[in-house]
Amino acid sequence: MKYVVQEGSHSVAEAVSLCRPGVIAAFPITPQTHIVEKLAEFVANGDLDAEFVNVESEHSALSLIAGAEACGIRTFTATSSQGLALMHEVLHATSGMRLPTVMVVANRALSAPLNIWNDHSDSMAQRDTSWLQFYAESVQEAVDLTIQSYRVAESKDVMLPAMVCMDGYVLTHTYESVLIPDQAMVDEFLPPFEPEYRLDPEEPMTFGVYALPSDYMEFKWEQQKAMENAKRHIMRINREYRKMFGRAYGNGMVELYNMDDAEVAIVAMGSICGTIKEAVDEMKDVGLVRIRTYRPFPVEELRDVLRDVEIVAVVDRAFSYGYEGPVFSEIKSALYVLRNRPIVCNFIVGLGGRDTRVEDVFRLVKRAKESAGGEVIWLNLKA
Amino acid sequence: MAQPQSVAGIPVEELLAPGHAACPGCGQTLAVRIALKAIGRNAIAVMSTGCLEVSTGLYNRSAWKIPCIHMLFENAAAVASGVERALKRKGSDARVVVFSGDGGTIDIGFGSLSGMLERGHDVIYICLDNEAYMNTGVQRSGATPYAAHTTTSPSGTASVGNPRPKKDAPAIAAAHHIPYVATASSSFPKDLYRKVKTACDLTPAYIQVHVPCPTGWGFDTSKTIEVGKLAIETALWVNYEVVSDEITNVMKIGRRKPVEEYLRMQKRFRHLFASEEGKREIERIQAMADYNAKKFGLD
Repeated sequence: MKYVVQEGSHSVAEAVSLCRPGVIAAFPITPQTHIVEKLAEFVANGDLDAEFVNVESEHSALSLIAGAEACGIRTFTATSSQGLALMHEVLHATSGMRLPTVMVVANRALSAPLNIWNDHSDSMAQRDTSWLQFYAESVQEAVDLTIQSYRVAESKDVMLPAMVCMDGYVLTHTYESVLIPDQAMVDEFLPPFEPEYRLDPEEPMTFGVYALPSDYMEFKWEQQKAMENAKRHIMRINREYRKMFGRAYGNGMVELYNMDDAEVAIVAMGSICGTIKEAVDEMKDVGLVRIRTYRPFPVEELRDVLRDVEIVAVVDRAFSYGYEGPVFSEIKSALYVLRNRPIVCNFIVGLGGRDTRVEDVFRLVKRAKESAGGEVIWLNLKA
Repeated sequence: MAQPQSVAGIPVEELLAPGHAACPGCGQTLAVRIALKAIGRNAIAVMSTGCLEVSTGLYNRSAWKIPCIHMLFENAAAVASGVERALKRKGSDARVVVFSGDGGTIDIGFGSLSGMLERGHDVIYICLDNEAYMNTGVQRSGATPYAAHTTTSPSGTASVGNPRPKKDAPAIAAAHHIPYVATASSSFPKDLYRKVKTACDLTPAYIQVHVPCPTGWGFDTSKTIEVGKLAIETALWVNYEVVSDEITNVMKIGRRKPVEEYLRMQKRFRHLFASEEGKREIERIQAMADYNAKKFGLD
């Protein structure tokens, strides 16, 4: 284990390297670039024994690693924003073909207007692609999530790809002190990738078949079962990781902060939770529920913790135009079956990288306390 | 008596099983069978979405005796690049071959093909050119010939059919300065077999195979070989190779036949025979054949 102060992208690249991917594909997009640049450097210097392929688009980046993954090789790519949007159909095909790769998404807003700064519009738009989705609060968590994600994704009864979402710039370009685990310990934690099925001339198999209406639905049902199975693994691997590396994040699905006697719960994801925690420390009766695993959705955990609060303020860093924030919709849906439901309201914050400060969280809580329920409030809009 | 292992130098063993769902008289399936005989069992095939995939890759009824992967329409070259890198990591000497249609290659998959060729992956890319989007119902592609009637380039009082000549994809592939580019035809199996064999040792390789489609072109299913031959004999399709940037081994055709003979056999050109303007279009098509004959020294 080493303790370093370095750029977030550099730390995540080291985490990827510790997982020993055999094939890495990359196409540059801000703010993902520093991650793949660092990996290219590791390979060029002989520090990482992998095939590093510069492709001509993100569509091909994911297609290429899917091809390698189907041969039984662990793979990696990273992207952001438009790049993730360009991958959209490949995301569906990768999960449908049960290829458990791991991709880091350096979260960034989507065009138009062109904007390279952070929000969650890019990964939120890929919610239904059957990828596991995790959101890191800190660089340390992005490092740990990268290593954990391979374990979860490659579990025999999961076999789904995983997206490790880390906020662009806020985490990728920030110098943060982190603990980088030792290679030997990661090797012990993450055994080599040995999938049950792979492309092999010794044992011919057809991957990516054409399924008629008589069969298609069962393929999809299997994906849903795999998502449900993933919950157990996420929680178990979170515990195992703590035993081995000394760090855990809530129960792996959600992390609760000052929720014991909270009357107001803020629900949020990603790096903004650091700011929210700071604000929460200075307020009475306010806690934070941080969603760490967005897919599979932690519906039981959220019901358990939110059933006892009076007000739930859901922070969204993306928007479903014509309706409301996507996390808000899902929280309401999760709470609907409860007999006594809290008041819920929605705050849209920090789109396209607009800064959110501790004072903003105070204002948000004040507005939430005045809420009659159901409001969707765009915070910090210019008058 | 023991079964022969090969006939005319081509192995008897089939690596694409019968019972698949391709149309009778399908030129493409014939080309794939021949190509697989040249490539052998120690290989992984990558397909793009199209006729071939839906007719041979049905769930629980795969016709493939070698491992095979299909993912999407436009990404076969990228998937193959990944398969190749994975095999390299494993120290495997298995070959990687792509089978993709003209749409998946020349239109929607062109970027991914170019990337694969430019990066120099050890992949044999075989474009099965039936000159339109057949799987979706005969819509025009960048490989559809001039004046052909398709469902999205219909002939009519204000339309000659497809308004543009075919994209010269082999020339663009060759512009990547890759070791081997060839054109071939499912009507000349021995030539196709030899070219795929050659490609195995000269990767990245690009082979574009002219594969007549009775369903899309409108001819009797017994005439596939004949139609393919006529394309060559009229010089509307030219079989050649490009090795080290030089065009070589152009298939000689003896006495060239008028394009009319080829066009008349296919319903997609029927409108050209129905009017005076049509006759002028046939002259134009003849001029294209003449250009090919001159360029490749066929006469």
